[in-house]
Amino acid sequence: MSTSLINWFKFASPASFYPMAGRLVPWFSAAALLLAAAGLWVGLAIAPTDAQQGEGYRIIFVHVPASWMSMFIYCVMAFWSALGLSFNTRLSGMMTSALAPTGALFAFLSLWTGSLWGKPMWGAWWVWDARLTSQLILFFLYLGFIALQAAIDDPRRADKAGAILALVGVVNVPIIYFSVQWWNTLHQGASVSMTKAPSMAHTMLAGMLLMALAFWAYTIAMALIRVRCIILERELTSEWVKKNAME
Amino acid sequence: MLSVSHLTCQRGERVLFRDLSFALPASQWLQVAGSNGAGKTSLLRILAGLSEPAEGQVTWKGRRLREDRAAFHADLLYLGHQGALKEELTPLENLTLGLGMEGFSPGEEAAAEALGRFGLQGREQLPTRYLSAGQRRRVLLCRLMLRPAPLWILDEPFTALDVHAVGVLSRLIERHLASGGSAVLTSHQAMPLPPGLSVTL
Amino acid sequence: MNGAFAPFRQAVRRDLLLAARHKTEVITALFFFVIVVNLLPLGIGPDQDLLRKIAPGALWIGALLATLLGLQRLFAPDHQDGTLEQMALSPQPFTLLIAGKIMAHWLVSGLPVVMVAPLLGVQFDLPGRSLAILTLSLLLGTPILSLIGAVGAALTLGVRGSGVLLSLLILPLYIPALIFGAGAVEADLAGLGIEGHFSLLGALLLACIVFAPWVTTVALRVALE
Repeated sequence: MSTSLINWFKFASPASFYPMAGRLVPWFSAAALLLAAAGLWVGLAIAPTDAQQGEGYRIIFVHVPASWMSMFIYCVMAFWSALGLSFNTRLSGMMTSALAPTGALFAFLSLWTGSLWGKPMWGAWWVWDARLTSQLILFFLYLGFIALQAAIDDPRRADKAGAILALVGVVNVPIIYFSVQWWNTLHQGASVSMTKAPSMAHTMLAGMLLMALAFWAYTIAMALIRVRCIILERELTSEWVKKNAME
Repeated sequence: MLSVSHLTCQRGERVLFRDLSFALPASQWLQVAGSNGAGKTSLLRILAGLSEPAEGQVTWKGRRLREDRAAFHADLLYLGHQGALKEELTPLENLTLGLGMEGFSPGEEAAAEALGRFGLQGREQLPTRYLSAGQRRRVLLCRLMLRPAPLWILDEPFTALDVHAVGVLSRLIERHLASGGSAVLTSHQAMPLPPGLSVTL
Repeated sequence: MNGAFAPFRQAVRRDLLLAARHKTEVITALFFFVIVVNLLPLGIGPDQDLLRKIAPGALWIGALLATLLGLQRLFAPDHQDGTLEQMALSPQPFTLLIAGKIMAHWLVSGLPVVMVAPLLGVQFDLPGRSLAILTLSLLLGTPILSLIGAVGAALTLGVRGSGVLLSLLILPLYIPALIFGAGAVEADLAGLGIEGHFSLLGALLLACIVFAPWVTTVALRVALE
């Protein structure tokens, strides 16, 4: 029983996490590339042309997984934040700040592809659709998190303040989503709803899942690379960095 | 009794002090000495429970500070570097409102009397902005007379005081120690107090 | 009542006294609200129908911005002069003291906005019933703005460029209050009934009263460390 506990805390210390992360990065990077290639092949070559939307719909193979990831990453950040605040572990704060840029990237990607998709579908680059609007707000929340951490010099305070903000944000995301939807129904006719997706073919679902897995692997690889940089930055003076990491 | 064991304080990447241990019994005072930037104020802030040490722990009456914050803070009187004085309020308002937020209501008369003992009579109703640095410091020190607490933590209490005020303050501290209280002080000068414990950072 | 809420009342009393010595600041925030709302017709044009339509949104956005203006000074002066440290070291519950400060902030910056709102609504030619609904929505909504804003003010306390950062953090969180508050008038004009909007606004306010002072306290302790 005690061995599992010890292992946990062993990897929670930056000194032992650093080399482990280094070993994992190539695997996840390779997985991201392979999965993305497979997903794009399924999405662009195999999936049938949509009867109503023609070829333009194929952007969903990037758009939908990116939206999923952007929401999922925010939840993961909140999870690390809760862990960091309650157990005062250093690594969790580093993980949160390592994930934020990737989350912001996916939120932006989702907005961008959504807008590209919207032009042929709705005839406008931007529509005040409930999902699109909520996604935009999620993007703002990511930016706020990154800006807050960048503005605080003391890393310990930056971690804690960021953690509080991430938790406040994660409580608010559903409220914001609900309120935007409410607002949207009040102004019916002003927008087209995206909620009624056409029934999906199996190949489409497979393509989307492959892409989601690719993004997942990419996120893990990027977070690990970034966490390694953060660990080096913060522990520059400690003995183990001088001994091992500087080789 | 205040006791400190294996305390390590880190500011950014710099370790200010390491493995510091001491105990301060009742009726004793402790001088924290050290050059500028040695971590005197950081130590006081840890002792007061404002910041967390990187390692080690502080206990008051055998209990860790975090366990019962309210009970510890009821026993603690902390005077920091900054004045905690509002320029736009009068010394009297500063004292009564400040103590009011800590749950004490000494009354205007007691507050005015304390101000008088520090030589501030006639200035009770003047906005604090018109007082000199030494006078502001004296307004703060009036809290020592108005708010009973067994543990005093004072950061540089003797700075900017004139001879008369130094006398009043040292008598106050002596009386506090005689009645079973304890005090932690930082200072650059020698202090006009009976010999006490000392820690050098 | 006297015992448990004494620190809360003490903090309110102190901040109100301070505000009374700083009357210009209070008046500036109110004047800012009035001028922002008055600039909108100048930017959009004097079309009465259009103005009547945008009035609730315009007043609500004005209220958001006016609240933000005061938030930057909610904790900063007390942080600078050490008062916040003394409050954190007070044997009284820190959360109650902070709740008192937030209450004082609302009394000084939110309540005046609510009181001049009907006057500005008249400028936009809002009918009497809409005017009443708008004012009521602001009365319920502006405390939410102060409460959520306090969390942001605590997080950005003593940080470089805290003013701009505060807006970036807080404005997205204001969206639900804005939607339910400004939406109430439109819902009424559309004949949809306002109960839904008001009960959601009330629920939001209750949740904020329970959680915001506590989260603010946690953030302030981090800032004081």
